[in-house]
Amino acid sequence: MSVIFVLIGFSTFVALMFLAAYFWSVKTGQYKDNYTPSVRILFDNEVTKKKDEKTKSGNDA
Amino acid sequence: MLVEEYKIVSQDLICYHCGEECPDDKIRIGDKLFCCNGCKTVYELLEANDLCNYYNIDSNPGVNQKGDIKKNFDFLDDAELKEKLIDFTDGKITTVTFSIPQTHCSSCIWILENLYKMDEGIIHSEADFLKKTVSIKYDEEKTSLKKVVLLLDSIGYEPDLNLAEKELEKSEILNKKLWYKIGVAGFAAGNIMMFSFPEYLATVDIPLDGIRPVFKYLNVLFALPVILYSANDYFISAYKGLKKKIVNVDVPISLGILVLFLRSLYEIFSGIGHGYLDSMTALVFFLIVGKMFQNKTYASLNFERNYKSYFPIAVTIIKNKIETTKPVEKLKVGERIIIKNGELIPADAILINGKAYIDYSFVTGESNPVEKVNGDMIYAGGRQTGGAIEVETIKDVSQSYLTQLWNNKAFDKDDESKIDAFVNVVSKYFTFIIISIAAVAGLFWLPQSTALAFNAFTSVLIIACPCALALSTPFTLGSTLRIFGKNNLYIKSTHVIEKLAEITSIVFDKTGTITETGNAEIKYDGKNLSNYEKQLVKSLVRNSSHPLSKNISDLFNESVFLEVNNYKEIPGEGIYAEIDGNKVQIGSRLFVTENQDNNKSNLSTKVYLSINNEFKGIFSVSNSYRKKLKQVISYLKNYYRLSILSGDNDSERKRLLEVFPANTKMLFKQTPYKKLSYIEKLKKNGEKVLMIGDGLNDAGALKTSDVGISIAENINNFSPACDGILDAKSFGKLNTFIKFSKTSKNIVIVSFIISFVYNIVGLSFAVQGILSPVISAILMPLSSISVVIFTTLTTNLIAKRRGLL
Repeated sequence: MSVIFVLIGFSTFVALMFLAAYFWSVKTGQYKDNYTPSVRILFDNEVTKKKDEKTKSGNDA
Repeated sequence: MLVEEYKIVSQDLICYHCGEECPDDKIRIGDKLFCCNGCKTVYELLEANDLCNYYNIDSNPGVNQKGDIKKNFDFLDDAELKEKLIDFTDGKITTVTFSIPQTHCSSCIWILENLYKMDEGIIHSEADFLKKTVSIKYDEEKTSLKKVVLLLDSIGYEPDLNLAEKELEKSEILNKKLWYKIGVAGFAAGNIMMFSFPEYLATVDIPLDGIRPVFKYLNVLFALPVILYSANDYFISAYKGLKKKIVNVDVPISLGILVLFLRSLYEIFSGIGHGYLDSMTALVFFLIVGKMFQNKTYASLNFERNYKSYFPIAVTIIKNKIETTKPVEKLKVGERIIIKNGELIPADAILINGKAYIDYSFVTGESNPVEKVNGDMIYAGGRQTGGAIEVETIKDVSQSYLTQLWNNKAFDKDDESKIDAFVNVVSKYFTFIIISIAAVAGLFWLPQSTALAFNAFTSVLIIACPCALALSTPFTLGSTLRIFGKNNLYIKSTHVIEKLAEITSIVFDKTGTITETGNAEIKYDGKNLSNYEKQLVKSLVRNSSHPLSKNISDLFNESVFLEVNNYKEIPGEGIYAEIDGNKVQIGSRLFVTENQDNNKSNLSTKVYLSINNEFKGIFSVSNSYRKKLKQVISYLKNYYRLSILSGDNDSERKRLLEVFPANTKMLFKQTPYKKLSYIEKLKKNGEKVLMIGDGLNDAGALKTSDVGISIAENINNFSPACDGILDAKSFGKLNTFIKFSKTSKNIVIVSFIISFVYNIVGLSFAVQGILSPVISAILMPLSSISVVIFTTLTTNLIAKRRGLL
């Protein structure tokens, strides 16, 4: 039965970890702007990258 | 057949950059058309930097460059000014946040975050779409603040530079705190509830004896941060209220929380039971959720603007023929300043040199420029349209005719003193009743047993803790706030809705508020125009972005556009072009007929037309009232006393009386200060005043009134300090809004009654001294949640029925 004490301790620890993760997310401003990131993630990076490389190689030549 | 063909052509003439109609297909790169050279330049710039992806994310995403005036940003080199604009610098790396009102689509976000491709000094930039800001981190060695601003300006995203907007950050910090508090309370409530489960199932015989105390002490441990951190706002507010001898709703809440906590501690440490910590933490959690819901803010709108956020931050002064820039607050009386096209006059001044056409639309709502000659007085707040002028200041910036309004004591008033929430009125009586019931119950049981008396006394205070009461207001008014927002009325806070429900008198400003800015009634008098001539006129005015040109363009339905050559626009005077070999001139009388305009009238503006030097006729433009004005007034006049305050003369009294009832008080030739004192007078007579205005000259009246709503054609444009911003296109819903605010107040009252019923049920347990933790743990969340569901559902249902959703 005493194993339950270990389990309580562990579960509390896990819960505290989640609380810490939540604090971190607030601190880094994830609740400040909850719209722009949803747009940002849809930007297609590859197209511009290819173009960038092209211009770079163009400049080099 | 022919007409159809033309239609197709004109449909195709859409600017690749901004999506607006192009006057012709002259300005083009390959198959891409542009409406003006400004748009083309921006395209070329983006093309050169390989940023054409901008046009792939959203089609025609650009900001129209017509009428864009390239400004002089030299003042940004001024170290002192720079210091005020930036967020942080360590001498090498600087962070700065600009407000970009033009932000409107995903392409905007993309381009603002790809600035580093155009200026290698920019290390990182991040856009916030809702706030319409971009924060930029740049290397001082490779670029400068001025260069960054110039870059933004060159791609059409000119930052709105002013010193008054830094205030926003304060509310952001407060918001963050609330997120932390909700996290702590939610975490504690969840875990404590888990640990309390064995107690809820206490009848089941499980060998838990060794574990129970551990759970109890863990509960105390988790409850501590809730009482010390999450709930401290309630204690502080209750303490502040009591100090001012006001019993606000936070008093019974704090009392309930404290009693819950102390009694739980007593039970736990004396070994009687396991306490009510689950109820307590859940209660605090719900309360903060309610607070969060109420705190809906419109991030991109600013309700606290004064003239400082509208005035320029720097001016060009001229001394011994040398031009220098200087922060506007350091401007002294007697200095000569240069005002260029599109710039604002920062202080009352006398015109020394140049042709002044001052547009006072932001001040009065009147959109037609006023002509001034040398030696004339020019009031601060006007915008010069036309060439550069030289003026000499005769007053300080803060002492000018308009700006001295802000020295009035109305602007010192703390907003909180205006708050007299309905819930606080109720809670005053509520608190006394609850304390007396608790005392009576305690005294009743005292002869029998002290323990039972203590039990009954504390139980009453616990169960009566007005959680549902405290939640009904934020949820009802929070929903109302959102419903209004969806209908383009943006309210500063939920308190405004309560006040809106109680108004007795409505005061309207005239120009720009009940008359429509830009959309005027237009008439043509003169020789009949042939269809061909109409085409000439329409082709010409399409090139101009002046509001009057748009009015004239709307007058004719011609869809055929002719080739325009030698187009010239002289600001404040008129436009000229050769079209299909004909000389077409539209503008002021002087411009078109070379005769001075002598009989000026305030009633309407006249625009003259000549074709091939032959005078054809006059377009007269007069203010038109907002389309749904009649409908709005016909409802409002039955319930409210109406007044009109106008800065103009009384020439429109007759027209106004067609719409407004005869007992409407109409005051003309009102100065900004007189408007303010009229509202003060009404308030002294016991009226609750709703002021509806638009310009800076209404700022005093908007601030003094109980509720000040400012009308804006474009909500992102400047609007003076107010309690709410109403998009002009929703003006017709004004009566619905006022009516609905009353409805929400009634919903609050009904939900109060529901929560009282719960209280009576709970109290019947409490006075008997048999309130068990389980009953409390069930009853409290149940009452709170059912009240929340009730208020949100009814508010939304009624809104739907009234056509607001």
